[in-house]
Amino acid sequence: MMEALPFAGMGHNTAMVLAGTTALGIAAGTVGCFMVLRRRALVSDALSHATLPGIVIAFLVGLALGVEGRSLPLLLLGAALSGALAVACIQAITRWTRLPEDAAIGAVLSCFFGLGVVLLSVVQALPAANAAGLKGFIFGQTAAMRSGEAATLAVLALAALAGVALFFKELRLLAFDEGFARAAGWPTSRFDLGLMALVTLVTVAGLQTVGLVLIIALLITPAAAARFWTDRLGIMLLVAGLIGGLSGGIGALLSARFQNLPAGAIIVLVASCFFMASLFFAPARGLLARTLRRARLRASLGAAP
Amino acid sequence: MAMLQRLRTRNFIPPADAGVSPLSVTGLSVAYHRQLALRDVSWAAPTGGLVAVVGPNGAGKSTFLKAVLGLVPALAGTVEVYGRPLAQQRGLIGYVPQRESVDWDFPVNALDVVTMGRYGMIGWGRRITGAHKRAGMEALDRVGMADYARRQIGQLSGGQQQRVFLARALAQEARLYFMDEPLAGVDAATEQTILAVLRELEAEGRTVICVHHDLQTVAATFDHVLMLNRTLVAAGPVASMLTDANLRLAYGQRASGLSLLS
Repeated sequence: MMEALPFAGMGHNTAMVLAGTTALGIAAGTVGCFMVLRRRALVSDALSHATLPGIVIAFLVGLALGVEGRSLPLLLLGAALSGALAVACIQAITRWTRLPEDAAIGAVLSCFFGLGVVLLSVVQALPAANAAGLKGFIFGQTAAMRSGEAATLAVLALAALAGVALFFKELRLLAFDEGFARAAGWPTSRFDLGLMALVTLVTVAGLQTVGLVLIIALLITPAAAARFWTDRLGIMLLVAGLIGGLSGGIGALLSARFQNLPAGAIIVLVASCFFMASLFFAPARGLLARTLRRARLRASLGAAP
Repeated sequence: MAMLQRLRTRNFIPPADAGVSPLSVTGLSVAYHRQLALRDVSWAAPTGGLVAVVGPNGAGKSTFLKAVLGLVPALAGTVEVYGRPLAQQRGLIGYVPQRESVDWDFPVNALDVVTMGRYGMIGWGRRITGAHKRAGMEALDRVGMADYARRQIGQLSGGQQQRVFLARALAQEARLYFMDEPLAGVDAATEQTILAVLRELEAEGRTVICVHHDLQTVAATFDHVLMLNRTLVAAGPVASMLTDANLRLAYGQRASGLSLLS
């Protein structure tokens, strides 16, 4: 069975990486749909950039506690915490001041990322610290991924998918009409927290592979591409999951074949190809279909007596 | 159906003869940024009937509705629905927001939107069943939109979109309805449909509180008015309230020509 597959002979590790990145892509595409529809795409960008100081601080905490080498769960926990803190800052600023959300996002994102970059260079200058691996979180790396890590990634991604499946109707209501949901007594801020938790889950899962700079692309690009294909939310989720999964899988394969290519960037470029193809050729809302429809309508004008 | 009953009984409706108002607002004040948008509004809605909330632009009509529903924070004041705090009575409330408040390009069809009115009865993490879709179809039928159930909402006209929003509120099967300008900018056919539905709701003993901008149609359609101009100007039965003096209080001098309405 395995021999028939195109990636046969690549070894157990590559197969694991492939499975992990595919699962990540599926989860990111699906969860990303709600961020796009709720117009929160940039919040997830702030979240991912804001994970950097958390990663470095978690590394320092591990060092102080005497943890052997770099402990991935500890680093990811730090990433999730500082990402969540950044989102809380953005929400506090937009709630209590008159600053528009995009300005709040810009300010918070750059503040956290700047802090992360400074902390990172400080840590790398420490003589005792073996901080070489930390830089991998910025642009991602799959070459160094162990099977256990890939499996963790797949589990995190599946958890995010399960969350979307379970709360599909609540997320749809929240994204479409928050005011109505609140009037009907739905705890919308808890929904939002849940949605941000799903995004955090996907972001943290993708940090190692895609890296914190580009993970936004895996969340947003498949969702944006899928919107061209359909007017049904359920189908949009499926298409976005498919595009995300294919991008993750194909990207991982390409970067395994050509050793020097960074996996995160390749995955994102594959997703961008899907986006471009959808933009032009999707039958429902693509530019080509739209042009043809208009041309046909114009022709029918001429045919009329 | 059993579950539906169970969720409904959480809300409390006193017997009709107990004289408890469906909505009682006490000392409601709302501030936007530096100034008061509403000052100290106290009012009790009559049981069963159509109430128009009227007043000039910027009088705080929508703000009143949103503050009552808890969608904008109140500076002070309490809101009770059938004698209990609003938070315990959410299941008795139906809401038609302003049409402009949502993105009509959203990937859902008319039936999806109407079914959202049933989510409270369906409950957390549960699937939408055929029974709820049938209830959604019935609501669409009541507003004459059954033929458009599978249409993506962006492909509907403004009037049709407004009817979908009304159908969603009907699907909520509420006792007390809040509607924010349901007749604003709709075509004549839609206006007739909406007015007919409002009268049906009234005949069923429900209470409808409607922000309304068009004084011309108030007397013909509504039983009561709540007249606002950043505070309560007057409230009561239409016939006695739409007086020259009240209109001048609410609208200023330029309203004197409207006195023919009363």
